[in-house]
Amino acid sequence: MATAFDPARLPPPTQFKRRRVKPWDIVAKVLFWLLVAFVLVYTIFPFAWAFLAAIKPNADISATPTRYLPSEIYWGNLEYVFNQRDFILALRNSIIISLVTVGVALVVGSMAAYALGRLKFRGRSVILYIILAMTMFPAIAILGSLFEMIRRFNLYNTMQGLVFTYMTFTLPFTVWVLANFFKAMPGELEEAALVDGSTPFQAFYKILLPLALPGLVTTGLLAFIAAWNEFLFALTFTNTYEARTVQPAIASFRGSTQFDEPWGSIMAASVVVTVPLVVLVLVFQRKILAGLTAGAVKG
Amino acid sequence: MSQHVPAPAPVVPVDEPAIRVSDAPQASWAKSRERLAWLMVLPSVLIVALVAFYPLVQSFRLSFTNARLASSRAVENIGLNNYRFLWESDTFRTAFGNTVRFTIISVSIELLLGVIVALIINSQFPARGLVRAAILIPWAIPTVVSSRLWAYMLNDNYGVINDLLVYQLPKTVSWIPFIGDNLAGIFPDEKIAFLARPNLALPSAIAVDVWKTTPFMALLILAGLQIIPGDVYEAAVVDGANKWKQFWQITLPLLKPAILVALIFRTLDAFRVFDVIYVMFGYKVETLTLSIFTQQTLVDGDRLGRASASSVIIFLCIGVFVLIYTRLIRVEET
Repeated sequence: MATAFDPARLPPPTQFKRRRVKPWDIVAKVLFWLLVAFVLVYTIFPFAWAFLAAIKPNADISATPTRYLPSEIYWGNLEYVFNQRDFILALRNSIIISLVTVGVALVVGSMAAYALGRLKFRGRSVILYIILAMTMFPAIAILGSLFEMIRRFNLYNTMQGLVFTYMTFTLPFTVWVLANFFKAMPGELEEAALVDGSTPFQAFYKILLPLALPGLVTTGLLAFIAAWNEFLFALTFTNTYEARTVQPAIASFRGSTQFDEPWGSIMAASVVVTVPLVVLVLVFQRKILAGLTAGAVKG
Repeated sequence: MSQHVPAPAPVVPVDEPAIRVSDAPQASWAKSRERLAWLMVLPSVLIVALVAFYPLVQSFRLSFTNARLASSRAVENIGLNNYRFLWESDTFRTAFGNTVRFTIISVSIELLLGVIVALIINSQFPARGLVRAAILIPWAIPTVVSSRLWAYMLNDNYGVINDLLVYQLPKTVSWIPFIGDNLAGIFPDEKIAFLARPNLALPSAIAVDVWKTTPFMALLILAGLQIIPGDVYEAAVVDGANKWKQFWQITLPLLKPAILVALIFRTLDAFRVFDVIYVMFGYKVETLTLSIFTQQTLVDGDRLGRASASSVIIFLCIGVFVLIYTRLIRVEET
């Protein structure tokens, strides 16, 4: 399963073969590098642009013709953002909600994944298929009924309410990916533990769980990113910064004047909530690539 | 729900558990294991039942009623009235049309670009790791942020896209010998109000979606490319097939399963598009989609029943997609 993307299996980098260079080869090479350059600029430029806007003086932002590099480094917009009480609250809420969501999904999900991946019991494949179906179904299909439920349980505008609803997309995903992960581990592991007199549950948390750490990190990261970036539920099920997260906060970020969008502070806030993610993703690149495509292709 | 979580694409169900309980020497072991398995699965099953299954059933039920959120009035069964209302509503039809257009156009462009990017990363060149890391950036950026960021870049007065189109690019291409001046002529003379012009609103949203989600498409297709064994190509080279021929006759056919999986996930995602458009345009007719219609009907209109009917329609459409695609995959396999 998870062999779908394994950077270690990539062919070795360029091996230059000696042969006569034809003019067409040179043209093809130039076009190829232009294409590579274009892809790099296309993917990186927008975020770099946001970053530049966050540290540009406001006069640079509204300058025509466009001023590409800041005339000086200006911290005003970042300062403004960090002095906004609502934004700080939103940041706090996002951190708490995402971490708790990941924690619950991993604890509850890893147990189910172990059972589904390594134990045989009646009803197993039915549960697997239901979980799989749940990973695909649209949040919007249950928005109204979830809303009603949230209000009935008095969870409207609370962090608990958001954690609860975030289970709809994090838990099935966690169970599915981890079940595949557990299944791929060698079979003798628990048998050794059972010979030593451990119960199957001890075999799970003493032996398999530590071995599953890479899988837990990958799914945890992906679930964290999903919870951090969630917008629809956060927008619909909260109305104040008691529980509102950064995404709706950024969506409704307004400056001091109503006539013009305060792009400097919007971009500063955007950079603040995005930089941790981009760093995480780049640091854990391989794990994320493997997790993203886990089970996608028969390997 | 893969709207937020990147798809745990499901082609290979976990069929055989690693340990067969029947192999165990004692029947009591098997029994205790079965009990343990159920105990371990139970919390997840209960949570999924509570946050997904029950609400889904509830959506269907509520769609036949006139329920509201903030009302103590008794809920009445009104049969198919909600569906009839939606069927006759011009707004709903517009939303439906916009959603279909958004889905078809954005997914097609993403597929094309995704294949190109995947082929680039899969070929051997020194900066490959850099490109692979770079394409993860749009994927990692929250949709809300991408939407605001692109709204800033597409701004008609000082947006950088307009500056590039009107000043920088024509200046750059005019240096190209012979054809430079003609090339420069195809760029617009005046800045374009991408977000304010009704006919450019949906295309702008599509552009943002393409930027944000092509990486995901590319990564799924790349995973498919990497399992194509190299000896297939060696045989083709021996037969004298050039690169172009190799792509159409070997790569593409072998890539079909991966492409189908990628298409399923992107289509499901695109069809329920909410964040990108809501953040850029809010509630506007030109860019109204089914999800925005549903959310607004629920929150601003306080029509729980009608919103549920709209939810059910989205759910059914997505169900049909899934059926069609899984059929296609099965046909491919036999």
